[in-house]
Amino acid sequence: MGDTEMAGHEAGQKDRMRLEARSLAAFRGERLVLEGVSFRLEAGGALLLRGANGAGKSTLLRALAGLIPLAAGTLLWEGEDALADLSQHARRLGYLGHQDAVKPALSVAENLGLAARGGDVGVALAALNLAPLADLPARFLSAGQRRRLAIARLLLARAPLWLLDEPGNGLDDASLIALGAISDRHRAAGGMVIAATHHDLPFPSASQLFLS
Amino acid sequence: MKLFFQLITRELRLSLRHGADTLAALLFFFLAGMLFPLAIGPGPAELARIAPGIVWVAALLAALLPLDRLFGADFEDGALDQWLLSGLPAAAIALAKATAHWLTTGFPLLLAAAPLALMLRVRAEILPVLLGGLLPGTLALSLLGTAGAAIVLGARRGGVLLPLLVLPLAIPVLIFGTTAAAAAATHLPVRPHLLLLFAVLAVLLPLAPLAAGAALRAAAE
Repeated sequence: MGDTEMAGHEAGQKDRMRLEARSLAAFRGERLVLEGVSFRLEAGGALLLRGANGAGKSTLLRALAGLIPLAAGTLLWEGEDALADLSQHARRLGYLGHQDAVKPALSVAENLGLAARGGDVGVALAALNLAPLADLPARFLSAGQRRRLAIARLLLARAPLWLLDEPGNGLDDASLIALGAISDRHRAAGGMVIAATHHDLPFPSASQLFLS
Repeated sequence: MKLFFQLITRELRLSLRHGADTLAALLFFFLAGMLFPLAIGPGPAELARIAPGIVWVAALLAALLPLDRLFGADFEDGALDQWLLSGLPAAAIALAKATAHWLTTGFPLLLAAAPLALMLRVRAEILPVLLGGLLPGTLALSLLGTAGAAIVLGARRGGVLLPLLVLPLAIPVLIFGTTAAAAAATHLPVRPHLLLLFAVLAVLLPLAPLAAGAALRAAAE
């Protein structure tokens, strides 16, 4: 999956890459669901967002992605305002929403074709054990397989920051291990992972952030 | 830029797989046009006089048909989020969608307009002017429709709201298009009317994608 290229590309930035959130606040509709959220994430770090349903985990991920404007606070990328240029910020991100964005009419490989910013579709499919299904129309996939397809998209984005909304939803044990493996590779190359989850994910030495 | 064309290609591929949608708009166009001779009688002189107007109104209504699915499916399955995070500006996404809408709806309507017009007894010398007006006309409708579809995105009963929003804005296009055909029928100069149509298109080309892009960002919140 071009790991070597990715590592080479990011080796120079590895030390200074850092995400910092300072007392973020965000609205969901009329309701202020996030207030005073602060954290720091170093290159290679992982952060698990925890909290009850409706605590604002998804809202925080969308705010970090720039999809929802911040009501207060600042998000810094390497010390600079991350959200000043949304297009540039988007290129740093791999975002896995709670929906899979899988088009039923396209084949598995075609679904990924567009996300490929220079990544190899075949290798990404193989990492999630989807390679034998590459030519199958996506409407025949099970919920777990669709989730794996959405996760494969992350590998193609070749972005340093992954924002994952319940990445383990619908995954079987083998796929969870595969998710852990690709996350480990991503972090070893200097990438960062922020995941909202109710379940334990195989992300070693991840810090946790509790939202209430 | 590459991503922009990839988005258009993907939309075209999707609409090929869902070919029924394009076909439905075309059939609607024909059927709506054919209702008029049935309702007002097949007298050639009368039909020929109002035929350009019929073609224009039918094209306008047919172009509206696929609009509520233009962003709807992407909005519901999360693909819109992925697009907004692809690094393309939201206005570029809207422009790509408008281009895809024209290629899958406007262009087929343009091709189908000639046989429909002949069926309605439009005189052969008026046909080039009618089609020459429909070219910028359908382009403008695609841009307007894209902006409308983005604005009603996420609203309850957006499908009902959409024509109420787009049809009034399409009135200038309709007027300039039909007056061009009327001018051709009475051997008056048609150029000013066509130029006005292109002027409308020139205004919409930057404004509609910008408005649609802002609406898409608001819908994603």
